[in-house]
Amino acid sequence: MTVKTTDFIIVGGGVHGCATAYELAKAGYKVTLFESRYLSSGGSGRSAAGLRQHFGTEVNLHMAKYNLKVFPTLEEELDTGMDLEFRQWGYMWVAYTDSCLDQLKKNVALQKSMDIPSVIFTPDEIHERWPYLRLDGIIGAAFCGEDGHINPQTLTMAYGEAAARYGAVVKTYTPVQKLLAENGKIKGVVTESGEEWHAPRVLLAAGPHTRPLAATVGVDIPVYPERHNILISEPVEVFNCPMVLCLDDGAYFKQCPNGTFMFGRDDQDEPRDLGNEGNSVKFLAGVTASVLKRIPALSGVRVVRQWSGPYDVTEDHNAIIDWTPLEGLMVNCGWSGHGLQFGPSGGRVCKEMLVGEQAFVDLHRFRLARFAEGDLFFEPAFI
Amino acid sequence: MSEKVNIICRCEEIQIEEIRHWINKGYTNLEELKRILRITMGPCQGRGCRDIILREISMATGKPISELNTGVIRPPVKPIKFSLLAEDN
Ligand SMILES: Cc1cc2nc3c(=O)[nH]c(=O)nc-3n(C[C@H](O)[C@H](O)[C@H](O)COP(=O)(O)OP(=O)(O)OC[C@H]3O[C@@H](n4cnc5c(N)ncnc54)[C@H](O)[C@@H]3O)c2cc1C
Ligand code: FES
Repeated sequence: MTVKTTDFIIVGGGVHGCATAYELAKAGYKVTLFESRYLSSGGSGRSAAGLRQHFGTEVNLHMAKYNLKVFPTLEEELDTGMDLEFRQWGYMWVAYTDSCLDQLKKNVALQKSMDIPSVIFTPDEIHERWPYLRLDGIIGAAFCGEDGHINPQTLTMAYGEAAARYGAVVKTYTPVQKLLAENGKIKGVVTESGEEWHAPRVLLAAGPHTRPLAATVGVDIPVYPERHNILISEPVEVFNCPMVLCLDDGAYFKQCPNGTFMFGRDDQDEPRDLGNEGNSVKFLAGVTASVLKRIPALSGVRVVRQWSGPYDVTEDHNAIIDWTPLEGLMVNCGWSGHGLQFGPSGGRVCKEMLVGEQAFVDLHRFRLARFAEGDLFFEPAFI
Repeated sequence: MSEKVNIICRCEEIQIEEIRHWINKGYTNLEELKRILRITMGPCQGRGCRDIILREISMATGKPISELNTGVIRPPVKPIKFSLLAEDN
């Protein structure tokens, strides 16, 4: 068997793997990316496509600001002809209890201190601005008008396509079977089709699959899957309905650029294992009843499609971006349901770390050792 | 904007030329074309366009349609009004 060599190997063609491949290839490095199926087939393509600057920790806000700086011109930068459908119709966190509103106020104060234009709205202000919303029982909301939506599939595929244009080798439908290590260092990967590739640096960005992959060389990455469901309606007239996240039962809804509506909702009873991509019937009725009472104008609209995808969850709902104890092996995973929007900043910091540059933000909070040390890093603005 | 003439996917207004452009770039799987162009994701869920697109992929790759990935049809099989779903609850 012939062994192929490269400088960097990336496992996983989600937004983080593809953005990192793009950053490396653009800077002139030799990189090969492996993806089991098609680019965006994991969490990235199944996400709710929301992007926001509503976080409650400085490092997430720092990176979120960077993402929002990149998105407006990204379609032009990647120049692939794919429509990224970036829209800034806003993102609203709706509180039904005092403790919830207090937390939102704290988050907004931190955001304002970092020049993010977030505001707290009263129920009357919300009613005046969005008369079609029936948010009975709310006591206030946090809103940022710069936040919005991006097409998660074209975003991921365009990063991959642009990476390939800069010379990255992008191997779709090529699952990695295991990693190879020698003398305490990473050596490369073996694919299920039997190809062997060697590189001194390997990045695992395989979402919840990062754990079983890392385990093939004895490294434990505490990330696990958790199924979440979404549905989409037929298109209706576009009225720029922002993302509305209701903090009573976790239901959310928003209009997409093509006029369709997306609904989602938390459900603690959903399966937590890999390979569970089916659909929940219970979800469909539950989310519809919850959302329709808040936006009754949609009652005559039809639901067209439903799907599910795995959240990539860690114990403290924050990502892991770090070198592992095995020299040359790095991970970027565990984004816990908010990772799509971090593609631009995630790609940038991974490229910086892989080539030995200083990352543009301090990534100490995202380190792998925090789980063993019991020094967890909780993100209060988590859905 | 020029008027679209050879529309294959009516729900998403996608022309045959756009589909061929991406097939020629190497996106020869319906799963990929669907995500780049939104084809088969409209209200008809691809009933109106899936077969024609599969024929194009088959011609470009030389693989018979029976060997191609035909994509997943997601529930509900027929669109349902939200109000009916909410009543069920
Ligand atoms: C229902 C839902 C809604 C969400 N909503 C949002 C949202 O609104 N905003 C937001 O920012 N985030 C959202 N997220 C979270 C977001 O989707 C993820 O955090 C993000 O996409 C993670 O990207 P990734 O590149 O790390 O992983 P993924 O996109 O999961 O990519 C990992 C890739 O690795 C591949 N892979 C796995 N094993 C192997 C192997 N052995 N060999 C080769 N390849 C392999 C997979 O096929 C997959 O494509 C949502 C997620 C879900 C499920
Ligand atoms: S014609 Fe293509 S989705 Fe309806």
